[in-house]
Amino acid sequence: MSTGALLPVAALMTSLLASVIIFALPETRSRLRTVINLGAALLKLALVVVMIWGVVQGQAYEVAFTMVPGVEFVLRADALSMLFAGLSALLWLLTTIYAVGYLEDSPNRSRFFGFFSLCVASTMGIALAGNLFTFFLFYEMLTLSTYPLLVHRGTPKALRAGRNYIIYTLAGGAVLLLGIAWLHGLVGDLRFQEGGYFAEMAPALQAPLTIIFVLLIAGLGVKAALVPLHGWLPQAMVAPAPVSALLHAVAVVKAGAFGIIRVVFEVYGLEAAREMGLLAGLAVVAAFTILYGSTRALFQMDLKRRLAFSTISQVSYIVLGLCLAGPVGAAGGLVHLVHQGIMKITLFFCAGNYAETLGVHRIDELDGAGKRMPGTSAAFTLGAFGMIGAPPLAGFITKWTMGSGALAVGMDWVVAVLVASSLLNAAYFLPILHRLWFAGQQAPLPEERRWGRLETSSWLLWPPVLTAVLIILFGLFAGTSYSPLGWVELIVDREVAL
Amino acid sequence: MTLWLMAGLLFTPLAWAVLTLLLDFSKGRVVTWLGILVQVLVSLGLWATVASEGGFHYLLGGWQAPLGIELRVDGLAVTFVLLTALVAAACGWHGGLYLDPGKSWHRYFWPLFWFLWAGLNAVWLGGDLFNLYVGLELISLSAVGLVALGGQAEALRAAIRYLLAALLGSLAYLLGVALVYGQTGSLSLAGVATLVSDGAVSSGPVFPLVLMLLGLALKTALFPMHGWLPPAHGIAKSPVSALLSALVVKASFYIAARLWLELGNELGSYVLAQVIGLLGALAVVWGSWQALLQPKLKQVVAYSSVAQIGYLFLLFPLTWGVAGAVSLQAQQGITLQVISHALAKSAMFLAAGNLILSAGSNKVDALAGVSRFLPFSLFSFGLAGLSLMGLPPTGGFAAKWLLLQASLGSGQWWWIVVLLVGGLLSAGYVFRIYRASFVEDSGTDHFYHPPRSLEVIPMILALLALGLGLVSDSVLSVMALPFDEGGAG
Repeated sequence: MSTGALLPVAALMTSLLASVIIFALPETRSRLRTVINLGAALLKLALVVVMIWGVVQGQAYEVAFTMVPGVEFVLRADALSMLFAGLSALLWLLTTIYAVGYLEDSPNRSRFFGFFSLCVASTMGIALAGNLFTFFLFYEMLTLSTYPLLVHRGTPKALRAGRNYIIYTLAGGAVLLLGIAWLHGLVGDLRFQEGGYFAEMAPALQAPLTIIFVLLIAGLGVKAALVPLHGWLPQAMVAPAPVSALLHAVAVVKAGAFGIIRVVFEVYGLEAAREMGLLAGLAVVAAFTILYGSTRALFQMDLKRRLAFSTISQVSYIVLGLCLAGPVGAAGGLVHLVHQGIMKITLFFCAGNYAETLGVHRIDELDGAGKRMPGTSAAFTLGAFGMIGAPPLAGFITKWTMGSGALAVGMDWVVAVLVASSLLNAAYFLPILHRLWFAGQQAPLPEERRWGRLETSSWLLWPPVLTAVLIILFGLFAGTSYSPLGWVELIVDREVAL
Repeated sequence: MTLWLMAGLLFTPLAWAVLTLLLDFSKGRVVTWLGILVQVLVSLGLWATVASEGGFHYLLGGWQAPLGIELRVDGLAVTFVLLTALVAAACGWHGGLYLDPGKSWHRYFWPLFWFLWAGLNAVWLGGDLFNLYVGLELISLSAVGLVALGGQAEALRAAIRYLLAALLGSLAYLLGVALVYGQTGSLSLAGVATLVSDGAVSSGPVFPLVLMLLGLALKTALFPMHGWLPPAHGIAKSPVSALLSALVVKASFYIAARLWLELGNELGSYVLAQVIGLLGALAVVWGSWQALLQPKLKQVVAYSSVAQIGYLFLLFPLTWGVAGAVSLQAQQGITLQVISHALAKSAMFLAAGNLILSAGSNKVDALAGVSRFLPFSLFSFGLAGLSLMGLPPTGGFAAKWLLLQASLGSGQWWWIVVLLVGGLLSAGYVFRIYRASFVEDSGTDHFYHPPRSLEVIPMILALLALGLGLVSDSVLSVMALPFDEGGAG
């Protein structure tokens, strides 16, 4: 085994070890805990950067051993896994900083940060998994490590949300396992491979492969919150803000979306999936989810709940992009994995800041908050405009790429969906912006507190400001090869142009 | 050399048993801990020998059964010997710290513990039907004694009930053995199998086989004959419950499985295999459902055993009349299930004991807020729970995966439903415990903290159950070691 092969293992182990150490630390050692957390996050980011560099050079990092007879455990760094690994390493660092500030002086921090690291380790494993079996391993580990974070506050509401989350995700996991096991029984152990496996497939396999596809997508669709499997997500917003941020931007919903990407691209193959007629149905589900999520978001008065329905809608952009089954559309979907991540994490950070600093949870309490918290509100505004798709922000790049992809393959109705969704996005975000900046403060703020010299604790302020800057940068520099879009085009070249 | 190791595993536990019978609790504890060390080393020695040289067959002292004792050791047997050493060592260590030396009757824990160990090794290594019976009886009687150790009237009631079930099961088995002997003139398991497959016996001993399986199923607590298990395992002291659930029920199942694998294809039938599998499936559903409803923590764990035992009986349909590769997958899956359940369930009972100790009550609801004060034991409980749910990367998951493949490969898709639904139901009862422990508005925030080593033991076992999944391929390769028919006599 070369030293290069150890890189994926090391990237996984940084957060796993951090988690073990944090569990072992007594509750009171908060300074040491913070140092370990941030150190591990920085180290992981460095490792991922090294791997990305290597993948650009055409290196392959891979570790594999037989785990159960006939099945291998494979960890591998390839272009697609680096897209997700890079996103999660970067956002883990920022979320850790945010969480340290957010949970200052609250109880059970040792438990929280232990599971928090475990959750990130699972996400890393999902990114680096080299076959469906390994993917499933980390997919279930993610389910379990997020549960304690969700119910962290221990209130009846949190416990109820946690119970629903577990029922949804474990049932989804069982369906996914059935799909994976069946596929394995049918064709053996398949490592993810650019271009997929079923381009030249015996017609006899068409029927079972179709059923297996439905099982896999249904299993993954629970986490990706495809309607009607989305029920757990709006309730899950009772979790503390950094958890929601992570859940909506990188960890849970993205794990589902990333799994769908792997199945479509690297198991079935984009072409094969289209020819088998599997993508048409998925496209309809995704389009419906986009419109449904946005429509429901309109009617929510709780800020985090509105954001949650917005996530349901936005994550389906990724799926819809794949279903366009052309290089341009697929690039649009893939790049939204990153773009939606940074935009949504910005919005959730900001929502957490309003809640912690002003005690504001509802949208109608936000009047005039822009004057009190200009930094946070500016970040929120950028996130919201990004979601709506205003140029030159990251969200615009997604919608533009997807739109041209749809036209290229003659699926014009998708453009209509994109336009309708953008209008709905505007309809539920602009009123918030109006309240923030233009409405005068009507009632006293529910629970205002002074926190440091700035508008809020600097641990809470800088993460959203940074991600907001990224929203601009990813949009402005989308044309260069080191932007997410550039990276995605590299992936799509390898996947589709075979 | 191997012969000495095997004899050592059978007879030295008896010597320790007699020795500890003469001592009080604390002295017995010292002697036992010393003995555990020796036994673990001998078990490891046997394992290393078999791993390098393969399995053997022995006629102890050169006598044929029923007069003599026929021993056999192969990869599977030696894996179970090692598993027993591991779990028994953990329970013996835990028991020494957990049991109150002030209660005079607790000194009997040690001799009973050693008799149990001797019986278990006799079953793993036994090669003839009669001596398997002897081993089985030794196990049952010492297990009943251990249950009665609880002391209260309730424990005695459970023990009596257990005793009756165990005796009935043994009788059925013994009757079957006698009939087999009458029909074939042989008691050696391998000998009977050869006679049957050569057609040397005019009418195959089908009825005796069914009788033996019935008796063994009763002793393994297969649904609907499981009624004796939850009270006995629930009321016993935690280290005892751990021993009973992890090892004792597995002994009778081991004999049933060996009977089936040697004779099943000749004497069994599709209907018999499916009926046994169906009872297993019902056990999974019924046991899990009952576990969801139990108000007491240890009853939850005990009913979970009923459910987990149910999976084992899927061995019967999945090895009857199927391709060799599928049958192998099923056997591997069941073996992993036995091992991972043994590790996970002992971890769970020991951790449950700690939780009860610190909450001061055996009710599930009394756990509110424990997650803040006793995260370590709760964590062990949770890790063990993962294996029971069959979630990756645990041994339980590897077992479930292999069984799924075997069900798909044999076309018996209905067992897939059992495997998946059973996993979800077990998630239900495990998460019920987590949920209770995460409740924050509890009145109490005073919990007794048990000594560190009591908390470490279940953690080790739970981690082993977890790690088993990652290395299951290597574990299975040792188990697959062949067994040399012509070994030195």
